[in-house]
Amino acid sequence: MAAQPTPSQTVGPFFSIGLLEPDRSHLVPPDDVDAIGIYGRILDGDGEPVPDAMVEIWQADADGRYVDGFGWGRSGCDAEGRYSFVTVKPGRVPDVGGGLQAPHLSVLVFARGLLKPVRTRMYFPDDDSNAEDRVLASLPEDERGRLIARPDLQFDIRLQGPEQTPFFGV
Amino acid sequence: MSTLAVVQESGVDPPYLYPDYRSTSLRAPSKPLLLLPHTLSELTGPVFGEDYVDELDHDLTRGHAGEPLGERIIVTGRVTDRDGRPVRSTLIEIWQANAAGRYVHEVDRHPAPLDPNFSGAGRCLTDDDGRYRFVTVKPGAYPWKNHPNAWRPAHIHLSLFGRAFTNRLVTQMYFPGDPLFAYDPIFQSVRDSRARERLVCAFDLETTVPEWALAYRFDVVLGGPSETPMET
Repeated sequence: MAAQPTPSQTVGPFFSIGLLEPDRSHLVPPDDVDAIGIYGRILDGDGEPVPDAMVEIWQADADGRYVDGFGWGRSGCDAEGRYSFVTVKPGRVPDVGGGLQAPHLSVLVFARGLLKPVRTRMYFPDDDSNAEDRVLASLPEDERGRLIARPDLQFDIRLQGPEQTPFFGV
Repeated sequence: MSTLAVVQESGVDPPYLYPDYRSTSLRAPSKPLLLLPHTLSELTGPVFGEDYVDELDHDLTRGHAGEPLGERIIVTGRVTDRDGRPVRSTLIEIWQANAAGRYVHEVDRHPAPLDPNFSGAGRCLTDDDGRYRFVTVKPGAYPWKNHPNAWRPAHIHLSLFGRAFTNRLVTQMYFPGDPLFAYDPIFQSVRDSRARERLVCAFDLETTVPEWALAYRFDVVLGGPSETPMET
C-alpha cells in the first residue's frame, strides 16, 4: 500500500527567520545581458496587500531546459505585498504528448492564513506562442489574462474574489 | 468554465478555508483548483548541492557564544515518496521558537525572553537513504491572537522540496501528547485524525544520546505526482 503523505501546514508569520536568508531572489546577476526583472503584489480578498507572503518560482533556462543549478528562486514581500525576482526569460518547454508550451514560470505562494500554498503559472506578455499553450487555451479569456504578466512584467496574484488568479492542483 | 478538470480535495491536506483559523478568511482561494497536466514543469524541481548547506547548519545549538537554554533534543527522520523510496539530497529547512516560546522576529510580541544563543533556524540535506538529523532545543508553546486565550502547541516548522516542484511541502512537527492539540485550529485544520497523527513526532529512545539529549523521530512522506520525468 502506498504511504500516506504528510499533511501541509501554514508557514505562519515567522518564516523569514528560516527561509529568507540568504536572499534567493536573483537567479542571474542584475547586470547579466539577458536579465529581466519580474515583480508583483500579493493581494487578499479585500484587495489589501499581503506583506507576510513568500513567493517561489521554478523555471526552465533560456533554452527551455530544466537544469541542475538554475531555475529556482524565492522572494519575501515588503509592506506593500510586493515581491521581485531577477531572472531570464525561459525558453519553451515540451508539453505532454508533443508540442511546446509557451514560456512560463511555475509559481507558489506561501503565507500566514494559507494552510497550503497556492500554485499558479506566470506567462509573458506579447509572446506569440501563448496562443498555442494548452494550459492558457483551457481557460476562459478573462482568466487567461490573469496568468499573463503586464508589459513591464508586473504579475499581481489575487488570492480571492471575482478577480482571483487561477490556481492549480496536481 | 475551464476545460481543465477540477481538483478534488485530498483529505490529507487542510482545506484553504478553515474559519476557526481566522487568517484563512481573506486569503483562501474561493474558486476550485484546476488540474495541471504533468509536464516537465511539474515533474522537475530544483536540485540543491552541498553549497546550500554549511557543516553546522543542522545544529541550532551551535554558532553562538554559548549554548541555548532549554531542553536539548535531536530530531531525526526519513523522507520518502509515496512508494516508500528515499528522497535523497533534498533540502530541509527548519525554523522554530526558543525554549521560552519566542521567535527571533520583529513581529513576535510575546513577552518571553529572547535567547542570545539561539536564532532558531537550520537546514540540511537528506543522505542517500533519505535520512536527516537536527540538533536543537525543544520549542516552547506561545500565545497568538486568533481567539481569546489562544496558544500554539510547541512545534518546529519544516520546509521540504522533494524531486519535483509539485512535491513541495511546508509543514509543522508537533510533540507527542500536547494538551493544546484539541484547541489549536491550525493542527485541527487537518480534518482526518490519522493524517493529523502524522504531524506528531515519536519519542525515540534508540536515538536518544545518554547523558546528553532526548531524540524524536519525524518521518516525512512527500505527495504529488510520482512519475519519473521523461528525458529531454
